[in-house]
Amino acid sequence: MASRIAQALKGAALLDFGKAFGLSLKYIAKPKATVNYPFERSPRSPRFRGEHALRRYPNGEERCIACKLCEAICPSQCIIIEAEPREDGSRRTTRYDIDMTKCIYCGLCQEACPVDAIVEGPNMEFTVETREELFYDKERLLANGERWEPIIAKNLEADAQYR
Amino acid sequence: MADISDNKFTLNFGPQHPAAHGVLRLVLHLDGEVVERIDPHIGLLHRGTEKLMEARTYLQIIPYFDRLDYVSPMSQEHVLCLALERMIGLDVPLRGSLIRVLFLEMTRILNHLLNVGSVILDVGALSPPLWGYEEREKLMQFYEAASGARLHANYFRPGGVRQDLPEGLVEEIYAWTDHFPGVLDDIEGMVTHNRIFMQRNVDIGVVTKEQALDWGFTGVMLRGSGVPWDLRKSQPYECYPDLEFDIVVGKNGDCWDRYLCRMEEMRQSVRIMRQCCERLGTVKGPTLNENNKVTPPRRGDMKRSMESLIHHFKLFSEGFHVPAGEVYAAAEAPKGEFGVYLVSDGSSRPYRVKIAAPGFKHLQGMDVMTRGHMVADVSAILGTLDIVFGEIDR
Repeated sequence: MASRIAQALKGAALLDFGKAFGLSLKYIAKPKATVNYPFERSPRSPRFRGEHALRRYPNGEERCIACKLCEAICPSQCIIIEAEPREDGSRRTTRYDIDMTKCIYCGLCQEACPVDAIVEGPNMEFTVETREELFYDKERLLANGERWEPIIAKNLEADAQYR
Repeated sequence: MADISDNKFTLNFGPQHPAAHGVLRLVLHLDGEVVERIDPHIGLLHRGTEKLMEARTYLQIIPYFDRLDYVSPMSQEHVLCLALERMIGLDVPLRGSLIRVLFLEMTRILNHLLNVGSVILDVGALSPPLWGYEEREKLMQFYEAASGARLHANYFRPGGVRQDLPEGLVEEIYAWTDHFPGVLDDIEGMVTHNRIFMQRNVDIGVVTKEQALDWGFTGVMLRGSGVPWDLRKSQPYECYPDLEFDIVVGKNGDCWDRYLCRMEEMRQSVRIMRQCCERLGTVKGPTLNENNKVTPPRRGDMKRSMESLIHHFKLFSEGFHVPAGEVYAAAEAPKGEFGVYLVSDGSSRPYRVKIAAPGFKHLQGMDVMTRGHMVADVSAILGTLDIVFGEIDR
């Protein structure tokens, strides 16, 4: 009974509203939690799985040896590879396509790749105007690799001890 | 001509309604403003996940589980891993288990923050959900630091977790657990005893103990009605038996009790996370079972040892074989008992995967819970069910 009366008195004094008002005033004084996106970004870890890239060795030779493990493991089956021996006898891809509209960014391709050729890089801003532009071919993926190599190499190094 | 005094009419709610929590279509049969019957129409997000899984290897179906209940991804992966571990007879190293529990509880907080936030939003307050989102953002950064993705983690593997946590993450999480209860206090201070919030939630959508059991409710929907049933205690898995936490139960089984249960469960989750962080400081060692017939070898080994390379190639192309048989594994997901019934024919692909989603059963009770309430209460009750259509429609 006493608690009922106390509750009624608190209600009559508008304590619940007063308290909530005080709380919201407290939050006005707090620093903003949001970031001003294109100019500021929240941190991304070395493990971030973004846009794909095909890497090269430091001497310019492409890493991919067309073992097709990524093609086999891809749950959404968005990777298509064709391969034949090159003139110098080494096995290389003649076609490496990723359909980015189907990809689910699960990271299994980079986990499967035995030579760290296909990686999911740090880039997450690759919007385009048409769907066709998201059908990446080998040329595009290698260009991505060139563009992002400094960050990818750093990320792989940071993560190497955990893999 | 129809009788003018007849107030009965049918109202379509959803599938594009913001309070429908996804793509739910409800057909409300109303008498004036009073709900006489509710008819949920589901299936708008059906993607045929279970069928797709039959054509994938076990490793490939883990990402599909992330996408069932996309508000608590790691809990779903976990149940698949539990099922596979039981079929194969694989155990998880202690460090792997601790990381799993740490992230499972983090997932519970992620889920409850969104749910509590959206319940509060549905009944008219805007600030607490935004505070909740601020904390969710921090948790998602932990997700990303560990797994590489903010939402669809693909982090758990049969036998442990994919990778160890990066250095410093455990300390960051520990620091977060210091600060988070303060935010919970603020959310509670803002709405728990607020008269509008109480008028919208107290004695709304009451589920009695018997009803909850009859309708197959689990999780907060059951505990809110006063049944202390939590799979983490009653059928322990992982390292939960070694951790201290309490089961939160409600008294009246109304929307307000369920809200209070969720708030308190978050505090309990923080308690578990702190214990995990403390133990992760001392428990070192592998995070993934080292049976290379099932789990991929470490990358360093794969590049040097022929045998490891063969294992690697076999695992990522053919996948591992699971002995023929069937298993039902269930765990306490944030929304309730999430179960996976797995039938294997001995190959590297599942013969059948049946997913038992808690939300599906909760939605069945929608009609019973809502009868006799006003139209405005529909969204409050729907919010408290905590449904996500990824897992209901599958």
